[in-house]
Amino acid sequence: MSLVAKQLSTENVAINFGPSHPATHGTLHIHMELDGEIVTKASPEIGYLHSGFEKLGEHLDYNQYITITDRMNYLSPMCNNVAYALAAEKLLDIEVPKRAQYIRVIMCELSRIADHMCSMGMQAVDIGAFTVFLYNWRMREKIYDLFEMVCGSRLTTSYTRVGGLMRDVPEDFVAATRRVLDDIPTALEQIDGLLSHNRIWLDRTRHIGVISQDQAISYGLTGPIARATGISYDLRVKEPYSSYEDFDFDVIVGANGDVYDRFNVRLYEMWESLKIVRQALDKLPDGPINIDADSKYILPPRDEIFNSIEALIHHFEITMENRGFTPVVGEAYVPTESPNGELGYYIVSDGNRTPYRVRTRTPSLINFSVFHEIMPGQSVSDTVAVLGSLNIIAGELDR
Amino acid sequence: MIDMFELLAIIIKVLVVFAGTLVGIMIMTLAERRVAGFIQYRLGPNRVGFGGMLQPIADGLKFFSKEDVIPGQANRPLFLLAPLAVMIPALMTFAVIPFGAPMEIAGRVVKLQVADINIGLLYILALTSIGVYGLVLAGWSAGSKYPQLGGLRSSAQLISYELAMGLAIIGVIMISGGLTLNQIIAYQQETGWNIWKQPIAAFIFLITIYAETNRLPFDLTEAEQELVGGYHTEYSAFKFAMFFLSEYANMITAAAFMVCLFFGGWDVPFIDEAALGGWGVLLSVASFLGKTAFFLFLYILVRWTLPRFRYDQLMRLGWKFLLPLALLNVFLTGLVLAVKG
Repeated sequence: MSLVAKQLSTENVAINFGPSHPATHGTLHIHMELDGEIVTKASPEIGYLHSGFEKLGEHLDYNQYITITDRMNYLSPMCNNVAYALAAEKLLDIEVPKRAQYIRVIMCELSRIADHMCSMGMQAVDIGAFTVFLYNWRMREKIYDLFEMVCGSRLTTSYTRVGGLMRDVPEDFVAATRRVLDDIPTALEQIDGLLSHNRIWLDRTRHIGVISQDQAISYGLTGPIARATGISYDLRVKEPYSSYEDFDFDVIVGANGDVYDRFNVRLYEMWESLKIVRQALDKLPDGPINIDADSKYILPPRDEIFNSIEALIHHFEITMENRGFTPVVGEAYVPTESPNGELGYYIVSDGNRTPYRVRTRTPSLINFSVFHEIMPGQSVSDTVAVLGSLNIIAGELDR
Repeated sequence: MIDMFELLAIIIKVLVVFAGTLVGIMIMTLAERRVAGFIQYRLGPNRVGFGGMLQPIADGLKFFSKEDVIPGQANRPLFLLAPLAVMIPALMTFAVIPFGAPMEIAGRVVKLQVADINIGLLYILALTSIGVYGLVLAGWSAGSKYPQLGGLRSSAQLISYELAMGLAIIGVIMISGGLTLNQIIAYQQETGWNIWKQPIAAFIFLITIYAETNRLPFDLTEAEQELVGGYHTEYSAFKFAMFFLSEYANMITAAAFMVCLFFGGWDVPFIDEAALGGWGVLLSVASFLGKTAFFLFLYILVRWTLPRFRYDQLMRLGWKFLLPLALLNVFLTGLVLAVKG
């Protein structure tokens, strides 16, 4: 060792990235060790946003819990609603009508676009391109307007019910959706124009936060993050649910598994989602959106409740405390492709009106587990790029 | 014996430049947000005063009324000194920049410039570099880790762009043969703007002034998403505002400097300002302000368009691209001058 090196002894600096930090977009704590600007260790600490979502599942009945699912991934609540409803329906062994399935697909894909818009925008903001974020946000607002149109609320949608939907879409929904679908490509082209050939952007994202295929498989990563590594794994194709097999779309796959690929997989997935929504709108069948009310899983139509004693009793039986439908003893799990990856609710029933256990397989938690492994060697600036590209939703992280 | 006329002229010029810079800063803080709003399909501040015109004053009042927090672990004297070390050079730099054609009052020629010192260029370079000490001090004295990283980055940034910047200016000095801005402008009046003769230098200089003023894509020292504001994380109230103001003051100076070096300063092409008398002076000031405003607009446009560099990438850009290019430019300029004799 030279004399200079001996005298200039250096030591690593421990730094707290969060829990309150502009780039964590929520409350997330990363204990980092820095050698200059280079991260040598990054260990995340989660739990700041723990809300007992899973425990609440044991106290709320099947329909009540749908309101809780909104809050898990607050960027795409519709997907959570659908995922939970699917699991509960599998437990009860019912199949919702085709129209409801198609509307669910439309909602899921619109959510996917909104979620990707948001996560890509956040990522761009973290790398310094603020304008991309607002271009995306503008489109996301339009999608949220559609949500407001169908269920009266923008974020806490709670749109699905076990056995169908809260209500049918309004008459002008199809036309309004088509208008939004025609608008969205402008935002996608704007993102493309601002970033895709931008040398600074390429330098900041290519070969940053690389996840290998082996890592993706061994950590159980799913969604755009796994697809960016080159794994063609999409539950909409592998295990179609809610009539996804009726639609024609491509699975977008990356090659390198770096931040750049994750960003582009999301970007091109939005084009595919647009395709799916268009097809679903074209093929949207007429008919009921709920299963037959006589099955006693679904509330009877409102005017019947006010006008017939049978319907009133039926309504009472479903909604009152200590009443409601009771599935058989058993368990059910339906994996769905949420914007961030595999999302599924594992419901165990002991035959009561509330589940015995509701376990959520949230993509963010699993996807985030690889973080400590890819961070060493990256710089502080890359940390925010990687965090943005993993799209960590704190609400999903700490259920 | 001090000439009373000269003294009065200098006092008036100092006041005009000082007030002008401050008004410019106010306009810039508003323009930044309105232009950002325009780019991003939104309105920007439009409530305070006449269509948002008084927003900068409201902001200033807010900064004054905020609680001024000094962290316990901070080195107090340096912590207090740092904003001054940034602000004072930022406001002083404009002094050597001529902002209009010489004016004739009562038979005497008054230069529209606070101080015509014979090393004007070096003065600007020196003062802008002193500002960086303020940033490093701010980062270090706060005794907190994020600001410290910001301070480190600003010193790394300094050594990566300053050389290229200085070498770019050398090309201009070589062809115009003078270190004062007046000489450079006079040269451009005679033979056309330097942008045509020194395009490479202009290109390098344009890039480096973004780094000089810590603006996107080179705002690594602040980087609010990474370093939570960098060197000024721990600053609050008016001390924070001083950093903020000096950033805009630096931008105005850098834009004016750019105009003087490469775009003829106050020169209006194809027009002889001296022949027009008072109107010529007015025209020249308007031309100077117009050109400066264009570069300030460019600043804002770039900020809301580009992502941010990483700091090793900025160093790579500075050392491996801009510096060789600047050296090449100096060489080519020398070659052309030697051939021409």
